[in-house]
Amino acid sequence: MNAKRWGIGSTIVLWLLALGFLIPVAWFLLSSFKPGSELFSLPLTLFPKDWTVSGYETAWNRFDFARYFLNTSIVAVVTTVLTVLVSAMTGYAFAKYHAWWLKAFFICILATTMLPTEVIMPSSFAVVRDLGLYNSLAGIIVPSIITATGIFMFRQYFKTIPDELLEAARIDGVGEFGAFWRIMLPLARPIAVVLAIFSFQWRWNDYIWPLIVLRDPSQYTLQVALRSIVGADNVDWSVLLSASVISLIPMVVLFAIFQRQIMNADINSGLKD
Amino acid sequence: MSRTNTVDGLSAETSALVIKGRRARRVRRPGQRSTSLVLAPLSFIAVAVVLFALFFVWPGALGLWYSFTDYTGVGTPDFIGAENYVELAQDPDFYVVLGRTLLYTVLSVPLHFVAALGIAVLLTSTAAKGKAPARIIFFLPWLISPIVAGVIWKWLFGENFGMVNFIIELAGGTGLRWETDPTLALVLILIVSTWGGTAFNMLLFIAAIRNIPRSYLEAAQLDGAGGWQRFTRIVLPLLRPTSFMVVLLTTIGSMKEFAMVQALNGGGPGTSNMFIVQYIYRTGFERADVGYASAASMVLMVILIVIAIIQMRFDKRNDLA
Repeated sequence: MNAKRWGIGSTIVLWLLALGFLIPVAWFLLSSFKPGSELFSLPLTLFPKDWTVSGYETAWNRFDFARYFLNTSIVAVVTTVLTVLVSAMTGYAFAKYHAWWLKAFFICILATTMLPTEVIMPSSFAVVRDLGLYNSLAGIIVPSIITATGIFMFRQYFKTIPDELLEAARIDGVGEFGAFWRIMLPLARPIAVVLAIFSFQWRWNDYIWPLIVLRDPSQYTLQVALRSIVGADNVDWSVLLSASVISLIPMVVLFAIFQRQIMNADINSGLKD
Repeated sequence: MSRTNTVDGLSAETSALVIKGRRARRVRRPGQRSTSLVLAPLSFIAVAVVLFALFFVWPGALGLWYSFTDYTGVGTPDFIGAENYVELAQDPDFYVVLGRTLLYTVLSVPLHFVAALGIAVLLTSTAAKGKAPARIIFFLPWLISPIVAGVIWKWLFGENFGMVNFIIELAGGTGLRWETDPTLALVLILIVSTWGGTAFNMLLFIAAIRNIPRSYLEAAQLDGAGGWQRFTRIVLPLLRPTSFMVVLLTTIGSMKEFAMVQALNGGGPGTSNMFIVQYIYRTGFERADVGYASAASMVLMVILIVIAIIQMRFDKRNDLA
């Protein structure tokens, strides 16, 4: 009896919380289908009285969305590929080789989580400028490649693979690089997938690097473009809501495809050992 | 016996040389092996080392140098000693910004922690129903960028047009000043950041809770421990490493909160909710006072290092390295 009441109680709490999380998104989504005139007309109604996609049409026509999408996709995809590759190599070196300089560098990498680039924005900007990367997509891609999280995930994973496997490969005459490429990297595929999803999300939603590196609106990523709409003196809500919804579509699609991997990602495996 | 002295019918002298050579090679082998054991990892980490030097060490060193100059982003920086730091120490605006950032961090960390842990416990409990769809709902904010999160909540909490104030007025109250009251604006920032940050922390906790052996909890139950006791005596201590991680990451994340606030209220009303990263951005990029902004950056960096060290101290089982 007690257990039953407990069950009902926790179900109610769970769903009240879930509603609290859902309502802002639902309201935002439903509002984006209202015509501009209905957005502010009292009394407000949850569902649009007059469903329309006019906000989407205006947003798509007034802003160069195709270009922002392209820019953001290039940044997200290229950075993700490089991040996975570099993280795998670096994490592998940390897991399977032993030297004082590897340990020292590993601590340096961990320190980057404590001291993120946002903190030293002005000088990071100067470095990007001096490297000739200012106002280019490469200026966002290159500095974002190394992530402590990615390197850490791979290191912990490779540590679980027995050293005997590597020894056996060496005895069979497989070189160090061959062992990594042909044996270890394929084994680490689950980690690569999880990191790829995370990296894509980080880069798709990133704001600070694009903000300081890009000047030319034709180079803008979605987030910077959206910020320029929301920061305007007179916010055009109809356009802003639709534009924001459009910017979410790729992440939603990604989630729909990789839901299982994302939800079961044992990010802890990196943290608990 | 003879095989050890001659090689394939060669003369004794030649055989000796060949054997000597083989031995030498055998001796050199481990040497070669250890060169490849140095060269291989070195090339594996090479890219990361270069990127680390370019985008962490160089900006760090440059920022330190700029903080002692009057650099404005163009021209050559002139060394002016500790002037920026002296000015910063006397700048009331800086203290307000720093105080607001710390207040926000102190409030947001427990909020994030309790929300993520509570939801993770509910989602792993056997009692609650409908956990699969609920989990997806809680995870949705992870897909949404900080900028769009700001837009969504600004729309919901708009002072004159938001649904929340509409409902309050419908119920007979007067709409709250979410945009023009500094305290309410901060409350709103806290709500939004908790909503946005829960998904990731919740995943960490869910994975950690699933790793707790069932037998521990069953044994405790047999010994007569109630639900709350099982939670505080068994679950919580076993979640310690994860809790540590969540607290550390949330603290750092809160100290550098920027994008979401930009879209939500721009640090408003006025500059009352301006946090330190926004302050650095304004000083360094909008006022082009790079030297001064760099000094503020260095102060923030020291604060973050101190926070990290203090938290590491608390985590006795810190074996990251």
